[in-house]
Amino acid sequence: MPRSYPIPAPPKPHPRASLPALFHAFLSIGLMSFGGGLAAWIRREVVERRAWLDDQQFLTGYALSQIVPGATNVNLAVFIGAQLRGVLGVLAALAGLMLVPIVLILGAGTLYLRSQATPGWGWIGTALAGMGAVAIGLNIATGIRLAQRNLRGVTAALVTLATTVSIGVLRVPLVEALAVIFPISLALSIWQGGRR
Amino acid sequence: MIAVLVRLALLFGGLSLLAFGGGTAVLPDMQRAAVDTYHWMTAPEFLAFFAISRAAPGPGSLIAVLIGQKAAGLLGAAVAGLAMFGPSCVLAYAASHVWHRSAGSAWRQHIEHALAPMAIGLTFASAIVLMRGTEHDWRAYAVTAVATLVLSLTEVNPLFVLAAGAAALLLAGG
Repeated sequence: MPRSYPIPAPPKPHPRASLPALFHAFLSIGLMSFGGGLAAWIRREVVERRAWLDDQQFLTGYALSQIVPGATNVNLAVFIGAQLRGVLGVLAALAGLMLVPIVLILGAGTLYLRSQATPGWGWIGTALAGMGAVAIGLNIATGIRLAQRNLRGVTAALVTLATTVSIGVLRVPLVEALAVIFPISLALSIWQGGRR
Repeated sequence: MIAVLVRLALLFGGLSLLAFGGGTAVLPDMQRAAVDTYHWMTAPEFLAFFAISRAAPGPGSLIAVLIGQKAAGLLGAAVAGLAMFGPSCVLAYAASHVWHRSAGSAWRQHIEHALAPMAIGLTFASAIVLMRGTEHDWRAYAVTAVATLVLSLTEVNPLFVLAAGAAALLLAGG
C-alpha cells in the first residue's frame, strides 16, 4: 500500500484559454452561428464572454483575416487559436468551429437533394431568409458597438466610412480598396502618434 | 474516382489562395467549375447548396464540402474541405505568427491603429453586400432594422432574435 503524501497544490492553471476551453468556445460559436454573422459570434464569445482578447486584438485579427486569402472567419479562428495556444490552439479552434456545421450541412444537403420534388417545403426557405435578415442586423450592431468603443477622432471615422462605401456600395474589389485605404490609414496613425 | 478527387483538390486548393476578402469572392469561379466545366451538379442545385451553407451555422465556405460530397461522396467532401481550408489556414497561421512575435513594437501599434477603423468599415460593408446579394425586400429590411436596434441596444441572446426574425417573415408571408 503506497504511503500517503500530502496532496501537492495543483499546478496553477493557464490563466488564459485551455485547449478544451478553446474547443468549447468555438464549438458553441459553430452551433449558434445560424445564418452567418460568425465574426459577431466570435467576438461575443472570445472578447465579451471570456475576455481572452480585447477589442483591439480582435479587430487586428479580423482585419488580418480579411487580408489573408480564404474564409475570413476560419482565418480569424486560426489567428485566435494561434494567439492563445499556438498550433494546438489552432487545431482546437478549427475542430470546434467546423465539426458540427460540417455534419449539419452534409445532412441538409442530402435531405435537400432527396426532397427536391416535394411540394409544400417553401416555408423553410422563408424562415431561413428571416434568420439571414437578423444575421445581417447582428453584423451591423457589432459594427456599431465596435465603432462606439474604438473609433477615436474624425480621421478614423472617415477611414471607416471610406472602407464601407468603397467596398459595400461601390463594390471596389477588396484588394484594390485596401491597397489605397491602408497606406492612408497607416500614415494618419503615424502622423497622429507623432503629435501625441 | 481518383480523377474527380484530384480535380476537387486542385480546384479548391487554388480557390483557397484566391479568396481575397473571404469565401464569397470565389463563388462565381466555384459555380463555373462545378456546374459548367465538370457537370457535378445543375445550377439550381448549386444555388440551393449556397443557401444551405449560408443559413447553416459555421463558415459559408463550407459549400466546398457540399460540392465535394455531390461530386464524389464523403471522400470528396473531405478532399474539398481540406483543399478549401488547408492552404489559407497555413497562410493565416504564418501571418499570425509574425504578428505575435512582434508584440510591443511601435510599427505593430501603428498597424493596429490603422487596421481598426478599416475592420469596422468592412463589418458594415459586408452587411450592405449581403443585403444586396440576396433578394432583400422591404420585409427583410424591416427585420434587419429591428434586429440591428435590438442587438445594439440590448444584451438579449441573438438566438432569440434569429428565431423572431424567422417567425416574422413567416407571418408576413414573405
